[in-house]
Amino acid sequence: MASRKHLYNPGAILKGLSITFGFMFRKRPTIPYPSRKKQHSPRFHGLHELRRYADGKERCIGCELCSSVCPANAITVIGAENSPDDRRSPGERYAARYEIDELRCIFCGMCEEACPTDAIVLTPRFEMADYRRGSFIYDKDRLLVPPDAGVGMPPDDRPGGIPGDLGRVAEIKSTTDVDSGYSATWRGEILKTQHEGLAILKKPEAEK
Amino acid sequence: MPLWLEVLIKSVILLFVVVTSFAYAMLAERKILGWMQLRPGPNRVGPWGLLQPAADAAKLMLKEDLTPETADPLLYKLAPFISLLTAFSVYAIIPFGASASGQTWAIGNVNAGILLILAIGSLGVYGICLGGWASGSKYPLLGSVRSTAQMISYELAMSLSFVGVLILAGTTSLDGIVNAQARWWFVLPQFVGCIIYVITAVAETNRAPFDLVEAETELVAGFHTEYSGLRFGLFFIAEYVNMLTVSCIATLLFFGGWNAPLHLTFIPGVAWFVIKVACFMFFYMWLRATLPRLRYDRLMAFGWKVLLPLATLNLVVTAIVVAYTG
Ligand code: SF4
Ligand code: SF4
Repeated sequence: MASRKHLYNPGAILKGLSITFGFMFRKRPTIPYPSRKKQHSPRFHGLHELRRYADGKERCIGCELCSSVCPANAITVIGAENSPDDRRSPGERYAARYEIDELRCIFCGMCEEACPTDAIVLTPRFEMADYRRGSFIYDKDRLLVPPDAGVGMPPDDRPGGIPGDLGRVAEIKSTTDVDSGYSATWRGEILKTQHEGLAILKKPEAEK
Repeated sequence: MPLWLEVLIKSVILLFVVVTSFAYAMLAERKILGWMQLRPGPNRVGPWGLLQPAADAAKLMLKEDLTPETADPLLYKLAPFISLLTAFSVYAIIPFGASASGQTWAIGNVNAGILLILAIGSLGVYGICLGGWASGSKYPLLGSVRSTAQMISYELAMSLSFVGVLILAGTTSLDGIVNAQARWWFVLPQFVGCIIYVITAVAETNRAPFDLVEAETELVAGFHTEYSGLRFGLFFIAEYVNMLTVSCIATLLFFGGWNAPLHLTFIPGVAWFVIKVACFMFFYMWLRATLPRLRYDRLMAFGWKVLLPLATLNLVVTAIVVAYTG
């Protein structure tokens, strides 16, 4: 009966009308997104990048800690021995393949915390939209900053923990190119093999 | 100029005006609903979103025109045109203004104008009714059954609310009614009639809070669930043109048509007409942003137990007062 009382109560209807009329002149909280962007917190967790040392060597030593700690199973690392005439990283090993499936990733930042060399960090970039599932598997080519991009700051040294964005990751490669698109099944096969307890002894094809 | 040519030219101009005002009424509705919900509304196509209607039209035209397998093909395809045709044909007799010499601006001046409008207006329900029935699926059928019941119950109260005006004006021609309001608008002596008309008009055009016919919460989209593309667009146009029509009628019958209020005659009558119609359109959008949809039995109860007796009472009182005061 309560709502019937309201139906025949013009006062309630007029009150409702005055509320909606007032709302027309309120300030609207909408941000017109592509032309104006929201200011994120400095600790925002976005797309990853792999950083380098000042001399251009890769920080990543292929230890797979990030991949083991990742709660979403998003990271695949295959390490390889450094050869004396082509040292990729200062340590003994480097990551021959390094892939993050950004569709699985929950952007928790555990990989960043686990990494002993501060190689993998999360940047504030969040615009990763793309047309193919395969394009969301970011390989080393797309994650590793170019040699001249600088070193950035390790996560713990940043004021307020601001993730270092060297700003170059997304420019490295077009993501929608069909020929260089990455098949989503490659990672799946690796995981299956690992699951069966078979170490992958075969050295993956050399990086371009 | 031969009569047929004159009528043709007038019709083309009017068609253009009505279609344009439909397009921008739709944009205005989306903007106003947006503002009332703290959103900006469409603002991407063209400056201030002004090209949005064109974009919508292009989208609807390019969409696939589906016909369900169980549908009755002829009626299914015909129904949107019935809706649209009846919605537009009312404009043949609606006057928009008068020149200084007393010539009314209308395609045809019918001396039983208000009756003709009622007659054509009640044909509009066939579009919805047949469309829902011919779709051959459950929700549209329920929607069209509702629409039939709703139209019958609200049309009665609506017609009765007209009669009070007719008694006061002593004529059924629309320009006669407007001229009778030169001294005061009929909204004053016919306040109850005006309220009843405004409420029933919302029900007649199937707008919120009386949009039981297309109630998304329980009927998916009601009578036009199965329609897509251009045919859906036609129903859509018909709904907005009907909204314009009821706003025009409210202006003509209760708010003095093109008569200027407070002797502000330096603004031409047509402009006053447009301003009044726009106010009504805004009111309907405002209602939609504010009120929740009624439950179906309450809608019926409200129509039969409140509006109809009230309209009858209003009619009787008006008749007695006019009979005694002459
Ligand atoms: S941010 Fe979290 S989920 Fe994403 S890759 Fe790193 S550890 Fe995995
Ligand atoms: S990114 Fe860090 S944690 Fe992951 S493999 Fe490389 S060095 Fe190890």
